[in-house]
Amino acid sequence: MTRILGITTIWIALGMAALGIVVGVLGLLRKRQELVAAALQTVYINFVLLTVSMAAMIYGLVTHDFSIGYVAQVGSRSTPLFYTVISLWGALEGSILFWGWVLAMYSAVVVYANRKREGGLIPWSAVVLLCIGSFFYILLVGPANPWHLVTPVLADGPGPNPLLQNHILMAVHPPLLYLGYVGMTVPFAFAIGALLSHEIHSDDWIKLTRRWTLSAWAFLSLAIVAGMWWSYEVLGWGGYWAWDPVENASFMPWLTATAFLHSVMVQERRGMLKLWNVNLIVSTFLLTILGTFLTRSGIISSVHAFTTGTIGYYFLAFIALCVVVSLVLVAGNSEELRSEGRLDAAASRETVFLFNNLFLTGFTFVVVLGTLFPLVAEAFKGVKVTVGAPFFNKMTLPICVSLLFLMGVGPSLPWKVATREQLRRAFLLPGGVALLVAVTCVVSGMRDAYGISAFTFASFALVCNVREYVSGAMARTRAHGEVFPVALVRLVAGNRRRYGGYLAHIGIILVAVGITASSSFRFEREATLAPGQVMPVKGDLSVRLKSMWGKEEPQRQVVGADVELLRNGVVIGTLDPRMNFYRSQDTPVPTPAVRSRPAGDVYINLMAFTENGQSATLRVILEPFVPWIWFGAVVVALGAVVSAWPSSRRSMRRVNASAHVPSASGAGGYSIPGAAVSLQASASPTKSS
Amino acid sequence: MTSRRDNKRMRSTQRLVMALVVVACVIPAPPAQQPGGAPVAQSVVIPAPGVDSVLDARVKGVASHLRCPVCQGESIQDSPAELAAQMKTLVREQLVAGRSEQQVLDYFVEKYGQWILLAPKAEGFNLLVYWLPVVFLCLGAGIIWIAVKRWTRPASEIPAMAVDAVGPKPPANTPLNDAGAV
Amino acid sequence: MNWKRSFLTTAAVGGPLIALLAYGMTRDPRDIPSPLPGREAPTFARAAFVTGDHSALRVPVGDTVRLHDLRGRVVVVNFWASWCLACRGEHSALSETARAYADKGVRFFGMLYNDSEANGRDWIAEMGGQPYPALSDPGARAAIAYGLYGVPESFVIGADGRVAYKFIGAVNEPQLHQLIDSLLAVPTTTPGTRDTRSIPVERSGAPVPP
Repeated sequence: MTRILGITTIWIALGMAALGIVVGVLGLLRKRQELVAAALQTVYINFVLLTVSMAAMIYGLVTHDFSIGYVAQVGSRSTPLFYTVISLWGALEGSILFWGWVLAMYSAVVVYANRKREGGLIPWSAVVLLCIGSFFYILLVGPANPWHLVTPVLADGPGPNPLLQNHILMAVHPPLLYLGYVGMTVPFAFAIGALLSHEIHSDDWIKLTRRWTLSAWAFLSLAIVAGMWWSYEVLGWGGYWAWDPVENASFMPWLTATAFLHSVMVQERRGMLKLWNVNLIVSTFLLTILGTFLTRSGIISSVHAFTTGTIGYYFLAFIALCVVVSLVLVAGNSEELRSEGRLDAAASRETVFLFNNLFLTGFTFVVVLGTLFPLVAEAFKGVKVTVGAPFFNKMTLPICVSLLFLMGVGPSLPWKVATREQLRRAFLLPGGVALLVAVTCVVSGMRDAYGISAFTFASFALVCNVREYVSGAMARTRAHGEVFPVALVRLVAGNRRRYGGYLAHIGIILVAVGITASSSFRFEREATLAPGQVMPVKGDLSVRLKSMWGKEEPQRQVVGADVELLRNGVVIGTLDPRMNFYRSQDTPVPTPAVRSRPAGDVYINLMAFTENGQSATLRVILEPFVPWIWFGAVVVALGAVVSAWPSSRRSMRRVNASAHVPSASGAGGYSIPGAAVSLQASASPTKSS
Repeated sequence: MTSRRDNKRMRSTQRLVMALVVVACVIPAPPAQQPGGAPVAQSVVIPAPGVDSVLDARVKGVASHLRCPVCQGESIQDSPAELAAQMKTLVREQLVAGRSEQQVLDYFVEKYGQWILLAPKAEGFNLLVYWLPVVFLCLGAGIIWIAVKRWTRPASEIPAMAVDAVGPKPPANTPLNDAGAV
Repeated sequence: MNWKRSFLTTAAVGGPLIALLAYGMTRDPRDIPSPLPGREAPTFARAAFVTGDHSALRVPVGDTVRLHDLRGRVVVVNFWASWCLACRGEHSALSETARAYADKGVRFFGMLYNDSEANGRDWIAEMGGQPYPALSDPGARAAIAYGLYGVPESFVIGADGRVAYKFIGAVNEPQLHQLIDSLLAVPTTTPGTRDTRSIPVERSGAPVPP
């Protein structure tokens, strides 16, 4: 019954989507409002249908209904309830169902939030969203059908992949990822919708798109870091990023979305880069589909690769369709999108944003090239090559360091033009601090050029961004007599976009410092110990193997080691790395033990043990500053929240008064050289937002 | 990233023995007996594994560039797989025997093909993957340079027509020149 | 709406990308061509831990088998392990072929990969014995020398000491017969007269890298 319900709802959703598309397009072309309204209703209906289908699947999983194909594939009576529920997204079919639900949910939100809006933008965007939704519904009734009937019905199933049962982050990373990844579909729908409804020049659509991109970006940022954390805590090699194709797949759209979030500011202020921004939005979406294709089609082997099969062909057809439609529309309208270009000076924030975009798209290019190059080499040379971590690290480190630098320069430069005096004052302090940091690194023995430059520019950028808060708040205390904390809060509240952005910068800097420190200063030692033996690790730190133990759980046997962490012989903590032997699998899954402190982690992995439990091989890794990565990601998300937080009307008036705001009409924000000159700020501390 | 298949070291017989471990639950460290006193748990300190940091660094350098054949894209440096450990031992032996890093890498390429290198050898067709990004960045920087120059032309160079563009928006399909004039 | 520009851009940008991805669908990323076929087979000297039943093929336990001593014979080396599923499937094919060609001078060897000799012995006993000896490969040196990236893999070495074929996955019996026949028919070889590409065979059972 559950199965029938589950599959029927998908079929109906597919039908509804087709109906919505046809009726919607007809209504839009013939300007029949009632048809358009009806089409929009199908969006809501599909959200309900997908919710029912997903709920049915969860129900089937929890009640162990092994007549359902997906449940038979990942369900097991011995899996704890928590992991049973989250196995919804553990394998291909379930993840496609989840994707379909997130998309339906976002589509419904888009339509509902804009239900009072006039014009063709929302209806056309809804049509696009229905088209994309249809693809996933087709997958769900076709190659990725989680609802197919299994006969004979078995009494039990194999359970989810053991790697996915080991850590609570498995409940966090995929939902965040989908909210971010699928979220990028909405800006794309807006872009295509705007092109189709000829509203591409309006500021409305760019405002709408920016906010959506920001929220999807925030989720994606959290998701990527959650994935890193999961990899770190579960896989046992002590690392968090391996440039695996699926990691790259989530990272590439993040990069182009970040580029967009910056260049859209240039568009809002100057009316420039419109074509470029549309290209960025479209590329972001296409990269999400490309990434999904790469990991689900089997053309590139990856840790994350789901089962292969015919689904690859479906994705290929879908990508081809999306690429063709996007290119046709964007290239066809490119003349319209060309805007006059006018900058007041080369030394200005606008120029920095241009370079920001260059480096971010360059970064994207490196990742795409590296991920696809094995295919290219095979196509042209017939030889199989590997493009792995050493390549990516080598090629992206310079770009990362440059971006760190720009993160400091951008906030420090005013819009429009910076005088020499302004430049000097802006960079004196951060430059000095950066130099100090560089010297400290070299003096303390660091020889790794990238490590030193990463710390140098990170400190430079940190000073620049923090200074914005401090100097802004100080100016307020002088001007309004407020106390510093109050001034700070009011400062941020008065210009959330800007200060949220700076907060996100600070978050990225923290992540960068965490990554640099844990790479440059990582220390590893491995030894085989008998219970009671001590292994010196580094300095006054050592570990002692206290005992070995074993435990039976319904779905697995666990063998663990109680390890004591000693400093100068005194026990400062205990860790329990383990090996999990799942009944459904031959190979054990290790669970490393991690002791996190702000200064760094002690990471212990149980590599091997002897049969009688009389000795265990432990690998101890010291990873300085790793928690800064997780913390930094939270700061980034916080920055995004602050930035996206809708301003109250009062603060908007305050903001608008001092800003050079492009006209809200369809004039498209022509920038008049004369007007720009009159608005030029003259070396005043408060820069116009 | 570790593949589950890596840890095939654990044999089926070990699972039997694990049952014993489970039954025993905890294997205590035997306390040493002090003459005439209460037993004292004695921690035996093992000497730190011999560290030849130069050799270790060299091994790590080579191992980081060799792909573990039985994993998914991991290097033999990171992978806990048995084969990876064995290859790493071989790397160490060859370095100790006097071979250069490049010779060791070449040995593995001879056995496994180009695929075993985690970064493609920078020669021939593979140069594309190293140089295209550089070209991209240089081209991009050049485009920005030219664009910024064009965009920061002094105001006097722009035809007076531009000022009129404040008025009604031109029809959508009319191409606009850089100054915003029709 | 500039259709000409649309078309040109789509063809120029979209065309190559989609073509590349479509090409990718025809490739199998796990199919790695080996550089060994056509080259001199890496030599090894390995001790036997199971003698083998066949009178012509047997090697006493503890005796070392040196590949270069076998120059002039066609040799088949099969890498296997007791924990390997596909190895079970091919075992009978290998045993049959070994027996069939034993008196033609063809020698078969099983090389144990990352497994204990005890397990190996038990496994062979469980499979009902085998006509050819099993060699142990401590440290996987022979495996690495042969560029192993999974089991089972089998190498057919011609009388001239060069690797003629590499089977990835379980051996295909008819193909193996055909191959040995052709190697026996040609006493000496000149490069290029033979198809020495390694043919990846469909793995029977799940591909089992160790």
